Amino acid sequence: MIEMQDVWKTYPNGAHALQGISVKIDRNEFVYIVGPSGAGKSTFMKLIYREEVPTKGQISVSGFNIGKLKPRKIPYVRRNIGVIFQDFRLLPKLTAYENVAFALEVIEAPKKIIRKRVTEVLDLVGLKNKAGRLPAQLSGGEQQRVAIARAIVNNPTVIIADEPTGNLDPETSWEIMQLLDEINFRGTTIVMATHNKDIVNTMRKRVIAIEQGTIVRDQPRGEYGYDF
Amino acid sequence: MTFRTFLRHLREGTKNVFRNGWMSVASITSIIVSLFILGVFVLLVLNVNSFADEADSQVQISVFLNTGVDDAMRQQLETAIREMPEVSKVTFVDKAQGLKDLRQKLGKDGDDLLEGYTAETNPIPDTLKVEVIESTTVGFVAGKIEDLNKQYESKPVYKVRYGKGTVEKLFQVTRMIRNVGFVFVGGLGLMAMFLISNTIRVTILARRREIGIMKLVGATNYFIRWPFFIEGSLIGLIGSVITVGLLFAGYRGLEQSIGYDVTLNFRLVPLQNFGIPMGGLLILLGVLIGMWGSTVSIRKFLKV
Repeated sequence: MIEMQDVWKTYPNGAHALQGISVKIDRNEFVYIVGPSGAGKSTFMKLIYREEVPTKGQISVSGFNIGKLKPRKIPYVRRNIGVIFQDFRLLPKLTAYENVAFALEVIEAPKKIIRKRVTEVLDLVGLKNKAGRLPAQLSGGEQQRVAIARAIVNNPTVIIADEPTGNLDPETSWEIMQLLDEINFRGTTIVMATHNKDIVNTMRKRVIAIEQGTIVRDQPRGEYGYDF
Repeated sequence: MTFRTFLRHLREGTKNVFRNGWMSVASITSIIVSLFILGVFVLLVLNVNSFADEADSQVQISVFLNTGVDDAMRQQLETAIREMPEVSKVTFVDKAQGLKDLRQKLGKDGDDLLEGYTAETNPIPDTLKVEVIESTTVGFVAGKIEDLNKQYESKPVYKVRYGKGTVEKLFQVTRMIRNVGFVFVGGLGLMAMFLISNTIRVTILARRREIGIMKLVGATNYFIRWPFFIEGSLIGLIGSVITVGLLFAGYRGLEQSIGYDVTLNFRLVPLQNFGIPMGGLLILLGVLIGMWGSTVSIRKFLKV
C-alpha cells in the first residue's frame, strides 16, 4: 500500500527533515506516527500525498511511484488519498454538503451520484441534518467530521490525518477517533500523526516513532512512549 | 470536461467578477479606454483613407464654362483641349446633368438644399471634365487651358479648378495618424492587460488557501484555472461591448451632424459598411486581452 525505501528529505534551507526512512504500511492498517515536534512527522505525511518530493529514495502509494510523478498526474493520485488536518481546511463559502460534494465535482461525477454519495457519508459522520450549514456555523468537532466526510467521499484507499484531534477537546477527540476506526474497519488504510497520548495508549494500533528524521521505533499495538 | 462542469466554471467566473467589485470596474474601464482610443484611430484612418481615395480619383480638371456659351464654341474648346498631348479624356457635363449628379451625391440631405432649383434656375454651370494621363501634370494642363481661354475674345471659360497636392498631403496625414495611433494603442493595451492581470492576481491571492484546498482534494490545474479564465474573458467582453456601443453611437451622431460637406466634397464612411467586422474585431480583441491577463496572473500560483 505505502512503501518507502531509504527516503531522505532535505529542505532548501538545509534542514534534514528525513534521513533514510524505510517503512512498509499494508492495506487496511491503522498506523500512528508519533514523535516530538520537528522530528519529521509532517514531512513524512506530506511525502505520501505528494505535497513534497523526496530528495532521495523511493515512495510508492497504492501503485503510484510518488517520487517520480509528473506534476500533471498529481491530482489523480490525490483522489486516491484522503487528507485530514488539524485546522480542518474546509472551503469557507461552501456549506457542509457543498464542501463534501466538491471532492466529487472535481472528478466530474454525475450529479445523481454526487447527491447519493454525499448524503451517505454525511450520514456516516452524523451530520445529515446539518448539511446546509457553513463551516463557521459548525463546532470544531463537526467541522472535522465534514473534513472526514470529504476525505472519504470518493472511496480513497488511504487516509492521511495530520493531528486530526489537535484542535478538539478530549470528548470530541474520541468521537472523531471512533469515526476513523469505523472507516478503517470498512477497509481504508489510515496513517495518523498525533500528539495524543491517551488515544494512542487506549486505542492500540501500530505505532511508528520518528525522531530526528529516522524511525526509532515501530511496534504493533504499541504505546505512545513520550511524556508530552 | 463535461458540460455541467463547464457551467460550474461559468458560474464561478461570473461570480468572481462581482465579488471583486471595484477591481473589476477598474479593469473594465481600462479596457474601455484603450479600445475606445484604438477605435477612434481606426475610424480616423478609415475615413481619411476613403477621402484620400476619393480625392485621388478626382485628380481631374473642372473647366466651368460661362453661361451663354454656345455649342459651337464649346465644341471648339473641347477639341482644343483634347488635342493637348497630356490630356487623356474630356467629357462634357451639361448643367442639367451636373445638377443631377450633385443631387445624387448629396443623397437625402441634399433634398432640402437643392429644393426649388429647376431647369431654369439651375445654378450649376456647364462643365468640361478633363482627365490627364499623368496626375502630376494637372497644374500644367490647367495653366494651358487658362492660356487657351485668353485666345478667345468671348472668354468662354469661367473658372479652371483642380486639386493638386491634396492627395499627397492626405497620405502624409494618414500615415502620421496611423503611427501615432499604433504607439498610443499599444501602450494603452498593455496597461489594460496589466490591470486585468492585477485584478485577477488580487482574486487569486485572496483565494490562495482555497486553491490549496482544492488541489488537496484532487482538482486539476485546469479545473482551478477555468473560472479565472472566464472571469478575465468576461471582463474583456463587458469592456469591449461597452466600447463598441459608445464608439458606434458617437459615430452615428457624427454622421448625422456632418452629413455631406459640399465644400470639401466629404462624407463619413457609412457605419454599415464596416460596423460588423470592426465591432467584432474590437470585441475579440477585448476578450483576448482579458484571457491573456488571467492566464499570466494565475500561472505562477498553480505550481505545487
